[in-house]
Amino acid sequence: MISQLGSILLITALAVAIYGIAASVLGARLQRWEFVASAYRAVLWLFALVTVAALLLVMALVTYDFSIAYVARNTLRGTPLYYRVTALWGSLEGSLLLWQWLLSLFSAAVVFSQGRKIRDLMPYAVAILLTVSAFFLFIMVVPANPFRAQFPVPPDGRGLNPLLLTTSMIFHPVFLYLGFVGFTIPFAFAIGALVTGRLGEEWIVATRRWTLMAWYFLTVGILIGGWWAYTTLGWGGYWAWDPVENASFMPWLMGTAFLHSIMIQEYRQMLKTWNLTLVIMTFMMTLFGTFLTRSGIISSVHAFSNSSLGAYFLLFIGLLLLFSLAALVYRMDDLRGQPELDSMLSRETTFLANNVILVVITLTVFLGTMFPVIAEAVRGVRVSVGAPFFNKVTVPLAYLLLLLMGIGPLIAWRRASWDNLKRNFTYPTLAAAGTALIAALWTRNPYALITFAVCAFVTATIVFEFYKGVYARRKLAPGTSVLRALWTLFTRNRRRYGGFVVHFGVVLTILGIAVSSNFAVEKEVRVTRGETVQVGDYDLRYEGMRAYDEVYREVVWTDFTVMRGGRAIATLSPGKSFHPNEQQPIAQVGIRSTPWEDLYMILGAVEQDGSAATLKILVNPMVMWIWIGGAIITLGALVTVIPGRPTRRSAIAASEATGPAPARTLEYSGSR
Amino acid sequence: MMTRAIKGTIDAENIVCSRDGGVTPRHLRWSVCILAIVLSLMPCSLWAAAPDLETLVREIAQQLRCPVCQGLSVSDSPSELAHEMRAVVREQLQQGKTRQEILDYFVQRYGEWILLAPPKRGFNLVIWLLPFALLPVGALAVYAGTRRWVRNRQAATPPSAALDPRYAERLQRELDSYT
Amino acid sequence: MSVKKFFILVSATPVLALLAYGLSRDLGSFPSPLIGREAPSFALSLFDGGTFSLDEHRGKVVVINVWASWCIPACYNEAPALEAAWQRYRERDVVFVGVNYQDREAAAREFLARFRHTFPNGPDLGSRVSIAYGVRGVPETFFIDRDGRLAHRHVGEISFDVLMQQIERLLNGAGGLS
Repeated sequence: MISQLGSILLITALAVAIYGIAASVLGARLQRWEFVASAYRAVLWLFALVTVAALLLVMALVTYDFSIAYVARNTLRGTPLYYRVTALWGSLEGSLLLWQWLLSLFSAAVVFSQGRKIRDLMPYAVAILLTVSAFFLFIMVVPANPFRAQFPVPPDGRGLNPLLLTTSMIFHPVFLYLGFVGFTIPFAFAIGALVTGRLGEEWIVATRRWTLMAWYFLTVGILIGGWWAYTTLGWGGYWAWDPVENASFMPWLMGTAFLHSIMIQEYRQMLKTWNLTLVIMTFMMTLFGTFLTRSGIISSVHAFSNSSLGAYFLLFIGLLLLFSLAALVYRMDDLRGQPELDSMLSRETTFLANNVILVVITLTVFLGTMFPVIAEAVRGVRVSVGAPFFNKVTVPLAYLLLLLMGIGPLIAWRRASWDNLKRNFTYPTLAAAGTALIAALWTRNPYALITFAVCAFVTATIVFEFYKGVYARRKLAPGTSVLRALWTLFTRNRRRYGGFVVHFGVVLTILGIAVSSNFAVEKEVRVTRGETVQVGDYDLRYEGMRAYDEVYREVVWTDFTVMRGGRAIATLSPGKSFHPNEQQPIAQVGIRSTPWEDLYMILGAVEQDGSAATLKILVNPMVMWIWIGGAIITLGALVTVIPGRPTRRSAIAASEATGPAPARTLEYSGSR
Repeated sequence: MMTRAIKGTIDAENIVCSRDGGVTPRHLRWSVCILAIVLSLMPCSLWAAAPDLETLVREIAQQLRCPVCQGLSVSDSPSELAHEMRAVVREQLQQGKTRQEILDYFVQRYGEWILLAPPKRGFNLVIWLLPFALLPVGALAVYAGTRRWVRNRQAATPPSAALDPRYAERLQRELDSYT
Repeated sequence: MSVKKFFILVSATPVLALLAYGLSRDLGSFPSPLIGREAPSFALSLFDGGTFSLDEHRGKVVVINVWASWCIPACYNEAPALEAAWQRYRERDVVFVGVNYQDREAAAREFLARFRHTFPNGPDLGSRVSIAYGVRGVPETFFIDRDGRLAHRHVGEISFDVLMQQIERLLNGAGGLS
């Protein structure tokens, strides 16, 4: 019964979406506001229908309704409740439903919150949102129905892929989808702008928060994915340049470029065509990502089952891409302005440099991911493009970007003076050189030295900026405490100083990545009970083996006492879990994390009686900083997004539009 | 306040922040020297001691793709086959085979697919060179674009009237008082 | 419409075409670079004692089947076909050998007992034979012609018909490679 009900809900939702598209477009073209209002109501109805469908599936999962094929595939009697709920996004069909639910949620939010503003743009934006919804609903109705019935009803399910039975998997897909779906909104408004000819900043200003939010969730989603790879996949690393990892990385890169580039348009009304191109490419990359995961075009550890979905996705991406490009070309002449720049040394230029590097990295990753297909088409030979290639090619570009991240905020809009620049650069450069010198005492690894130097440079510029800001504040209002000055900095300049915090988080993450990649220690050992092995600073004594039976898996643990300097400091128990429906056992990695380094133990094989075990042991330095960096990025992004008072910049923009500014209290601390 | 009379904007970030009114170029030269020293120290890594067997095994294994995993290298893969492939690499190294010979051994059996980075030959050069070709293209585009925009600016506005020197002096004093 | 605009409009086409091509190819098939080259020689110590050496059987058609007891269901499905083909061709200068891949001895012997294989079977210690032949998974079956060259590689479960077809081809000295 749930099966039919769910399917009916999805079909109805599809019909509602199609109706909404028609009503929205017709209403806008014919200037019949009541059609448009009806379309907006359709969006809300869509959300309601999809929500009920999602809840239905969750209920089926929780109650072990094995009459539904999806439930039978993704749960097993004894699976804990929270994993049954999160099985909603455990495989293909459910993940599509999650995507659709998020899309209808966001569409409803857009309609709700901005129904009154930008009247001209909204109907088309909503039409685009509904078009994407209609596609996903169509996919769910025809080839990949989450509610497909299974007959005869099996007595027990197969169970979720055990690799997904982790905490990180509760959040990773959701965060990623929030990011992917979030970028649909600026895209929809961009198309709306193109169709209506309202090519100013409205579409950007209206969607700025969506863009930030999407970028933030995508960033954290990717970091959580890295964390999952590190703690669960158990091979000792956090990023393998797997095609699907790349598929989430590319929208992030384009999204970052877009995020910076729209600032130029907001402040200087320049680069309109470029921004429209960027947002189209960012959104297309998100669709391409789902295409990669679901089409089987490239095999990957993430890939959902190989299916005919690929053809549908390709058709949809192709049509939407051609439509977007056509709209862009249609308005191209109107978009052309006469941008002016006071000097080639200006923040606009650094932002453009940032864009160039990000686009080059994106193209590289894209071509690298697709190269096996290209090579096969051209040479008929299958090749692989993996980590060695990507690392070699992207690392230098990443250094450039990092450097730019430090330089950019030091350079003023429109024009920067060389004197100013030299003054601003001196201390950070000194810091960089000093750091590199000190680091050279420990290592001669050039990658590490460069990373340290550049990270020191960027950190110094950020600290310097805060220092200048606090100093200026305290001069303005003598008697202000440092803390209060800092607080005012943040409240008056959320975007600028929040941005600094985000940049600092990025620095920490990159530092963690660089150090853990270059200085990891690795050893494969075989130990007998009672024997001690030494890896790095640690002495590890194998105590013995334990076996443990849970309903949905059997686990074998090997216990180790971790000692350093003769003192026992911890116990670690790497293990393997055996799942009834999986051929290969899953590694349960033993990790001891400190801010300084991670001790990482992977169990390879163990004798039946536990007398001996083979393990791979790694000491990964500074991995924790990757996650700490992510937390700081979160903090910074939150600061940027919280609504503050109207910024001076928007006042300036308004005044430039209307004429000389009337007398007003001058705020030195404009928002950046 | 007079600052409003000035064309352009006063940005907090352009406030000079040093007590003596400016850092002399001497500091800049000094830091460039230090940077130069650091850069010249970098080739030191090339003098590193000859790596031991395990490091060589790992290095070669990192170039090979684990046939039963999804994109992991033979070095990273926890699978049994990868373990045994590493043993083969170790054995061949002990027999004195070179890195290239060992990689070729695997390519002969598994195809070019077994290498995690496409060999830098023939058509594969496209993917290796493209990023380094795209970057200058992009940089050139930015350069050309910004130069045009600066010209647009110069064409659009006549050279602005020089700032009244009294105002300029007061402005500079006021700016300095915030440093 | 200007050239620039036209160019932008069609810029998407090569990418879409590439993706379409990508969808159409079959990721499963995996040609072996060893085909047509001399098959790597090896010596396999057998479960029943003794050794199987490939060199000793030069001049005969050799069928190498790589299997494992944990390879469910494919190895189990094809086992009877292998034994049947062996019985049919053993008098005709055809040799069968089973290579047990990453398995435990007890489980492997159980498998052999269950299917009553009479052709030589041995454990692939250290996976040396499998690596030498570029084995990526089980089951895989290799056909070596009378000149000692690898003629065909079959990935996955093999049927009696395919076994017959390949062996007949090689017995007739067709020399054709696939």
